[in-house]
Amino acid sequence: MTTAPTLEDIEVQLLLEAVHRYYGYDFRNYAASSLKRRVRNFMQNEGLHTVSALQERILHDRACLDRLLLGLTVNTTSMFRDPSFYTAFREQAVPLLRTYPFIRIWHAGCSTGQEVYSMAILLQEEGIYHRCRIYATDTNEQVLQTARSGIFPLDRMQEYTQLYLKAGGKRSFSEYYTADHQNAIFRSSLKEHLVFAQHNLVTDRSFNEFNVILCRNVLIYFNHTLQQQVHQLFYNSLCKFGILGLGKQESIRFTPHETDYEEIAKGQKLYRRRN
Amino acid sequence: MGTSLGGLSALRTVLGSLPGHFPAPIAIVQHRHKESDHTLPCFLQQFVSLPIREVEDKDEIQPGWIYLAPADYHLLVEAGHFSLSTDDPVSYARPSIDVLFESAAEVYGSQVVGVVMTGANQDGSRGLSKLKANGGVAIVQDPRTADSPVMPEAAIASVSVNWILPLDQIAPCLIRLCNP
Ligand SMILES: C[S@@+](CC[C@H](N)C(=O)[O-])C[C@H]1O[C@@H](n2cnc3c(N)ncnc32)[C@H](O)[C@@H]1O
Repeated sequence: MTTAPTLEDIEVQLLLEAVHRYYGYDFRNYAASSLKRRVRNFMQNEGLHTVSALQERILHDRACLDRLLLGLTVNTTSMFRDPSFYTAFREQAVPLLRTYPFIRIWHAGCSTGQEVYSMAILLQEEGIYHRCRIYATDTNEQVLQTARSGIFPLDRMQEYTQLYLKAGGKRSFSEYYTADHQNAIFRSSLKEHLVFAQHNLVTDRSFNEFNVILCRNVLIYFNHTLQQQVHQLFYNSLCKFGILGLGKQESIRFTPHETDYEEIAKGQKLYRRRN
Repeated sequence: MGTSLGGLSALRTVLGSLPGHFPAPIAIVQHRHKESDHTLPCFLQQFVSLPIREVEDKDEIQPGWIYLAPADYHLLVEAGHFSLSTDDPVSYARPSIDVLFESAAEVYGSQVVGVVMTGANQDGSRGLSKLKANGGVAIVQDPRTADSPVMPEAAIASVSVNWILPLDQIAPCLIRLCNP
């Protein structure tokens, strides 16, 4: 038994419905618990006391909608996040990829791009980057601008260096960027095969067939219904024997395609489409 | 259940005293380093007869299971299952006890029992007061029996708790509450 919806629950539903109908952004199937927290934080920042008041402002003030879009998506990311995932990718996925003349990779929900540059570094070290094209997408145009720039805060480089080494990095991490006083500017050779583009996993369709799809820590923000829909999209966008990589605490259990994949690295959330 | 500094041995004591037929699900936030691996559940499992699992997104909430928040993710309760998020730290913590308690209170109201144990920060106080406001039961470890009394003291100062219990009395109390 769970408690009945509160007034606030109803207001949040109405807000999401209004945002969808009027602006076309669809948050209706995002995971309710964390979405509600973000709506509340946003209300506080705007100095509003009810969700209904927020709805009124959103509908009459486009700038407020843009702030809300940023407020509702979580952009936390890091280079070589979960280093064991990258080690597994190097050991299990790269040998499979070597057999392809050309490799298309889709990073869905790439945020500010740290993961994308990590993958570009790994592929360069494995000597196959020149045969790859990485399509990195996110729904949020603002984070994509950072991603395109390849410029990240210098003060995180120490942490990234540690993670890079744990991920089996083969060189000195500082070879990959030049530093000015606050920024690390990543080498432009890493960008050669990157394409950054806006894409919404809820409302947009597949745009290619891929050998690898990586989507980490994005699906956790969706509810079960939406997760199933996006897994369908991924399955349809992967070629035979294509590789799917998910976040550390995500899995393909309970998705419609659970049995269509096999795990290629135990516990690392790296899967391969069976056929 | 929320613990921070000193939590490992506190959890060992409390969970280790629960019988194998304990009927309620237990969700735990234990603060730890963001790159900790999966050794915590294995470590605890040695002393505990109930099955322990580090939560994966959308795991179903099942009676008699112990669920641990994964390192670097907030653990949230929804109707019948868990959700994870990497939203900003709350009370400097990810996972945050406040986030777990508040979300559990919203979904399960008076059916929730919140337990705050040893720790050196303020996390859990806000969540515990929300939990009480929604009709739940608040238990706090007696600070004198805590390795680190700050967290229980903060909870006691800001919430009218139902019980302040020495560490070894927490499991018996949970057993009474969950076996009507
Ligand atoms: C927590 S970040 C994950 C970044 C990176 N993949 C990682 O794991 O480090 C989640 C990203 O998902 C994006 N996102 C949220 N909803 C989306 C949607 N409907 N379509 C595409 N991207 C979305 C957000 O903008 C955000 O950048």
